[in-house]
Amino acid sequence: MAESYTTTKHAEGHPALQHHFENMEQQREAGTLGMWVFLVTEIMFFGGMFLAYTLYRSKYPAAFASASNHLDITLGAANTGVLILSSFTMALAVYGTQVGKRKLQLFCLALTIVLGLTFLGIKAVEYKDKYVDSLIPGTLIPGHPFSPAVQVPGESFDEHKLHLLPGATVKNVEMFYWIYFAMTGMHAVHMIIGVGLLSFLLFFSVKRRYGPEYHNPIEVTGLYWHFVDIVWIFLFPLLYLLGRHLEHGG
Amino acid sequence: MSEHIVPVKVYLAIFVALLLGTALTVVAAFHDFPWQFNTVIALTIASFKATLVVLYFMHVRYSNRLVWVIVIAALFWMGILFALTFSDYFTRDWISIG
Repeated sequence: MAESYTTTKHAEGHPALQHHFENMEQQREAGTLGMWVFLVTEIMFFGGMFLAYTLYRSKYPAAFASASNHLDITLGAANTGVLILSSFTMALAVYGTQVGKRKLQLFCLALTIVLGLTFLGIKAVEYKDKYVDSLIPGTLIPGHPFSPAVQVPGESFDEHKLHLLPGATVKNVEMFYWIYFAMTGMHAVHMIIGVGLLSFLLFFSVKRRYGPEYHNPIEVTGLYWHFVDIVWIFLFPLLYLLGRHLEHGG
Repeated sequence: MSEHIVPVKVYLAIFVALLLGTALTVVAAFHDFPWQFNTVIALTIASFKATLVVLYFMHVRYSNRLVWVIVIAALFWMGILFALTFSDYFTRDWISIG
């Protein structure tokens, strides 16, 4: 169909249709595919850190259990719930745009931003707890090096002190916290980028740029948002929950 | 190939399943299972949740074959990354050198 390449055809098309695509459908599928290729690179990026986690955990199980037990399961679980809810509202924002329910689209985009910020707020509280207990590894914070107080056997329980299991050393606990801050930190950076993208989308949604014929930007940002959610789905059990059972040797 | 619109009911069901999975993984973490079954259980639940997100929230179930190829390629290369690294680190104790 030679005439589909002529400019007249495009002039009749949607204003968002780029000149190198034949129609909106082709443009949408190309955009989705491109986003998936980017997500593959993201999977490899986080995969390297998951690999480092697995290796060090198998090498220093007692230290990882001791360090993991110091994390706040309640805050971690709450954040998991917040992210899952945000993925749900993101999916509804895509749905609302696809079927032309504008109020649902705007409301869900705004709600996803609020939930993303809630996650980052809870994460900040956790980071501050780690700062107070001097658990920020190395000298990432100048003048506040990694120097947690260690609980002495027989001493009364102090939740701010590190409870070392037999075989665990403070140095190896620090290794856990390097990995913890690298992984949750990179995850948080992705969340901040995601909130930025969603704010952009909300701004142009208010200006009525997206609708049933053109919603690919919202759809691919949704893919990114769900990916960041998946990373956390693995981070939560691996960092917060598993530590308490590593004593079985492994 | 026209676009498939996932009904809200499906999204809601996946959302509830994800919350249940989270609750289950927390409950399981407070039980002591023999050997390394705590790790196995936690990773199984996490993988199940991730699969639900990929298939439904990310629409892969309704996407074209090319998207499937890309997703599977990502998992395959991740497998190479882990398998080859483990084949080194986890076999170092098998022989003693020097």
